[in-house]
Amino acid sequence: MARIGVFVCHCGINIAGVVDVDAVVREISKYPDVVHAEHYKYMCSDPGQNLLVNAIKEHRLDGVVVAACSPNMHENTFRNACERAGLNRYRCEMANIREQSSWVHAEAPEQATAKAVQIIQVVVEKVKLNAQLKETGVPITRRCLVIGGGIAGIQAALDVADAGYEVILVEKSPSIGGHMAQLSETFPTLDCSQCILTPKMVAVARHPNIKLMTYSEVVDVRGYVGNFKVKIHQHPRYVTKDCNICGKCEEVCPVIVPNEFDRNLSPRKAIYLPFPQAVPARYTIDTNHCLGLNPLVCGKCREVCEAKAIDYDMQAEDIEVEVGSIIVATGYELFPKEKIGEYGYGVYPDVIDGLEFERLLSASGPTGGQLIRPSDGKVPKVVAFLQCTASRDPESYLPYCSKICCMYTAKHAMLYKHHVHDGNAYVFYIDIRAGGKDYEEFVRRVMEEERITYVRGKVSKVFRRGDKMVVWGADTLTGEFVELEADLVVLASGIVPSPDTKKVANILKIPVDENSFLKEAHPKLRPVETLTQGIYICGAAHGPKDIPETVAQASGAASKAISILSGKELYHEPTTAEVNTDACSGCRVCVNLCPFSAISFNERTHTVEVNEILCEGCGTCVAACPTGALKLRNMTDTQIYNMIRAALS
Amino acid sequence: MSFEPKIVAFLCNWCAYSGADLAGVSRLSYPPNMVPIRVMCSGRVDPQFVLEAFRSGADGVFIGGCHTPSDCHYVAGNFKAFKRVVVLKKMLEQLGIEPERLRIEWVSASEGRKFAEVTADFVDTVRKLGPLGLEKGKS
Repeated sequence: MARIGVFVCHCGINIAGVVDVDAVVREISKYPDVVHAEHYKYMCSDPGQNLLVNAIKEHRLDGVVVAACSPNMHENTFRNACERAGLNRYRCEMANIREQSSWVHAEAPEQATAKAVQIIQVVVEKVKLNAQLKETGVPITRRCLVIGGGIAGIQAALDVADAGYEVILVEKSPSIGGHMAQLSETFPTLDCSQCILTPKMVAVARHPNIKLMTYSEVVDVRGYVGNFKVKIHQHPRYVTKDCNICGKCEEVCPVIVPNEFDRNLSPRKAIYLPFPQAVPARYTIDTNHCLGLNPLVCGKCREVCEAKAIDYDMQAEDIEVEVGSIIVATGYELFPKEKIGEYGYGVYPDVIDGLEFERLLSASGPTGGQLIRPSDGKVPKVVAFLQCTASRDPESYLPYCSKICCMYTAKHAMLYKHHVHDGNAYVFYIDIRAGGKDYEEFVRRVMEEERITYVRGKVSKVFRRGDKMVVWGADTLTGEFVELEADLVVLASGIVPSPDTKKVANILKIPVDENSFLKEAHPKLRPVETLTQGIYICGAAHGPKDIPETVAQASGAASKAISILSGKELYHEPTTAEVNTDACSGCRVCVNLCPFSAISFNERTHTVEVNEILCEGCGTCVAACPTGALKLRNMTDTQIYNMIRAALS
Repeated sequence: MSFEPKIVAFLCNWCAYSGADLAGVSRLSYPPNMVPIRVMCSGRVDPQFVLEAFRSGADGVFIGGCHTPSDCHYVAGNFKAFKRVVVLKKMLEQLGIEPERLRIEWVSASEGRKFAEVTADFVDTVRKLGPLGLEKGKS
């Protein structure tokens, strides 16, 4: 006979406004083994927790059900409270009558009340047979993996490394820096982007605690918080550390291809340095375009290399590392203009996206900072900036606001006027969203001091007429059709997650949202955590955001990662599978089913064994065991049968 | 009074259960006929649980897991659940239980709307099928 106590939370009116808590207490008091039931306004408050602690002592409860919100919210709160009352934390469970009853059945209070009772009954049945378990301590690998070397990854890596922990920073491209390295100046202060970024890049390269792995990709992650085993694939760059970036190889290389760093607005060679301040400062041979890594085919670069740094025999390497926590910062890409039919599917050279315009403005860009248009090299006298390109357009493209485009367009228009004093800039917008420190002031300054024409309305079509780009739009403030002959059209294209974000999310088994951005554990209170303990997220891979916000989030993710690394030891959930060796027939069905290789076969006893540290407690093996020898602790078959019956009673 | 089906739902902790939570947070309403049982993984759902649910008076059984192929927190528990459901449906048919009374759906933690929609749809399907006629013959 168990002695179960049920505590029903009002959650203000969140639960009690729909569910009749008096009736619930009345009903559940009649349920077998429930010896005490009461309701309270806020169970999670201090008085609420004290009420729980006192009731456990007073009524000698040996099991507790708190009927309140989702266990993802307060399971720990109440389990800790139970421990304070001397009750094993695994004898406490939550019944979710808020998210899964009151909030979704508001229009049917009676049914919501009945369902709440059923939900509580189900959980009471579980608690009745819950064993008293103890968490197992596991050692921590005090090292952090950061995936992505943009400003988010750089900031996170530096923060963790400064706290005294080893960091492995993995970047897919040949240099760290990300999109921030491509920007000319940053809003609203007009700091030169590279000038503020490169000191951080150098700090990464020089930091004794950071192991930088560029041209590398994470291909496999196993394990759990504190003890992840990561496999990193390092592509061969065919240039060794001896490279002194003299640039002679580049001069002689006969292969010319578009330069991705300049958004294909300039050429580069097959052996290249992405940009002058690249970290690491080493050339890379792009084997997709190199004539062949063989002195007989070309070999010009190797001939001129005085440092003897070119090694055609360099091999790809798979490196395995162990880390305790992981930070994902895989960044963003712009919505491809090739997909936007009304603006010409990317075929007009004078319709460019925001990052291309950044390169044209940049002093280190393809034109050396001279603002000319790509088609004929003329200075554009009329420029149209199209905000919300692909953003805020749920019918055709992206449903969300890309957040940074209002600001960068204002900056673009301002910088354009600084370059071309007699030029005219027009900005087409839906709304101006300038919610950031000094942002509104900046946009106002652009509108008023720089005399930029802001037209409120979306552009329906862009097409070529002679050497002009014609922009058709509407001015929704006057209700008039607008036609503008522009020399250059700049699209403030929406932000999408980088293509590798989904890939990395799959490897890490962390969820993405409906737009493929990384999903946080809680949108307000756990914004840098994922549902998987030990894995944290930051930067634009999580959603469109500007640099200050990205840096702040990266530091937040770093502090979370550090809190794992700095702990004494970690606790592994004891709700794992266990085997009754008397019943095990040694069929080994479970051995192959286990995704974590936690089950092994003992040849001597002819039974299986479960490694409790490797077992994650999914229960797949238990569901498959033909003899019932496997049992999932605190989620046994008997418990589930009882829960099913309780759900239907 | 019209027939209100009783449905048991096995929801995996990481995706479907979190999706149901999101439906709650977003205040998306759906019919109250489904009582959730939280399991860590849809792969935990033993076919016997489904049979027990029908035996105990359920008119429908719902299993919610993570999207295939690669959302499963435990690598591939969702695939295992899916394979079991395929076999189970054939078996249910032989027992005289309409296979539509068992449904498996992939609902991610960000799909509160989908959770509400598939719940409503499943309740509707089971309501149209009418009560399961097994309870009387329960041994």
